[in-house]
Amino acid sequence: MPLAKRIIPCLDVDRGRVVKGTRFVNLRDVGDPVQVAFRYDQEGADEIAFLDITASSDNRDTIVHVVENVAEQVFIPLTVGGGIRTLEDISRLLNAGADKVSINTTAVNNPDFIREASQHFGNQCIVVAIDAKQVVPKPDGSKQWEIFTHGGRIPTGIDAIEWARKMEQYGAGELLVTSMDRDGTKNGFDLDLMGAITSQTRVPAIASGGVGILEHLVEGVIEGGADAVLAASIFHYGEYTVHEAKQYMAQQGIEIRL
Amino acid sequence: MQSRRVVVVDLGTGNLRSVTKAINTVSPNSEVHVSAEPSVIAEADHMILPGQGAIGTWLKQLGPGSELRQAVMNALGSKPVLGICLGLQALYRYSSENGGQNGFDLISGTVKHFSEAKTGFGSGVNQDTRKIPHMGWNRVRHTKNHPLWKDIHDGDRFYFVHSYYADSQDPDQIAGQTEYGITFTSAAAQGNLFAVQFHPEKSQRAGLTLLKNFINWNGVC
Repeated sequence: MPLAKRIIPCLDVDRGRVVKGTRFVNLRDVGDPVQVAFRYDQEGADEIAFLDITASSDNRDTIVHVVENVAEQVFIPLTVGGGIRTLEDISRLLNAGADKVSINTTAVNNPDFIREASQHFGNQCIVVAIDAKQVVPKPDGSKQWEIFTHGGRIPTGIDAIEWARKMEQYGAGELLVTSMDRDGTKNGFDLDLMGAITSQTRVPAIASGGVGILEHLVEGVIEGGADAVLAASIFHYGEYTVHEAKQYMAQQGIEIRL
Repeated sequence: MQSRRVVVVDLGTGNLRSVTKAINTVSPNSEVHVSAEPSVIAEADHMILPGQGAIGTWLKQLGPGSELRQAVMNALGSKPVLGICLGLQALYRYSSENGGQNGFDLISGTVKHFSEAKTGFGSGVNQDTRKIPHMGWNRVRHTKNHPLWKDIHDGDRFYFVHSYYADSQDPDQIAGQTEYGITFTSAAAQGNLFAVQFHPEKSQRAGLTLLKNFINWNGVC
């Protein structure tokens, strides 16, 4: 199959700066978004994701300016998430140079928003972000996961697999699946969660949360069935370059753009 | 490098800023106008026809008899034109999207949904199931020589994101093909028209090279 699996470095952006924490806390400043994005582009990133974690909604303009500045220099797809509540928010980000937006909390509060957004802008630019945490197994012993909103703080009581299927029906063009249990741990993706979602949906899915070594990226694709793998800290702190990650995946027989 | 007056036709969908910035990057001397003004289209040396999302909404902006439609049709018949994504699909006779839409009928064939393709798309959970949309970096095989392929390798990857694909009838009008369960037309060429299903403005080095070639092209192959 000639379509390449994608490697997506993710930048958490707080008030215009790239930061990284563990399990959504203990944030550390790691740089200027334009410089970081440009470096990843030059290293061969297939796409770049921005997650705006700015707590205050007064600063909505900041992420729009970040996207504008990045889009002047970086000619690969850009996905932007965090705090998107209205069609106008989406429109501003797309006009600034984003190709896709990822939506989590607003989708949970109002699933019809995904239907409206995908009818209005096309499902190719609507990504639904799913933050899932493993909960008590079903009576038959099989694993299950619940989705969380507000950056992983608020439980919803909604089953992650059912939610993924519902969001596909509502018009999500892609699913960004983050394991809250693995995020920041460097223990690898939750492959059971990924496998459960990719085997029951037919839109592209991105695996996120837990990458510590390059083998984890390979597992996400081969065992988790992911179309793309997202990672932050292994790239931010210079443990590996995106190019090294791509070469490693290609050596393992995965179709990669080199 | 040539300096051109380029119009990026604004039909209200898609990421027009990225196309503009990409042209600014490869041709700093060119003037780029994002516009739906018939006079701006008429005065441009080159026209770029981009578009994303639903083709019905996009074509509605080019209503029959409108001055905008006339300006675009005139440019399609005279200037070097680059169609991107919906700008490729609209050159065909018909698209099955949005209940069926008539295109400009300048390239022979029709536009179909991937699920209409006879092969390659299983419905269960088997390994061969192709996801829709076709999203990501795929190879484009050159099926003819063309000035827009200069310095681009046969098989280089470009970024795609689409659920409908062009099924060309005339092999002479196919400039590039891509495989995704089926083999479809990822680049079409006819005289002064060149159109691509992928997004050159999002395809890094290969995409920027194609845009540079377009600026340097005089519309003759």
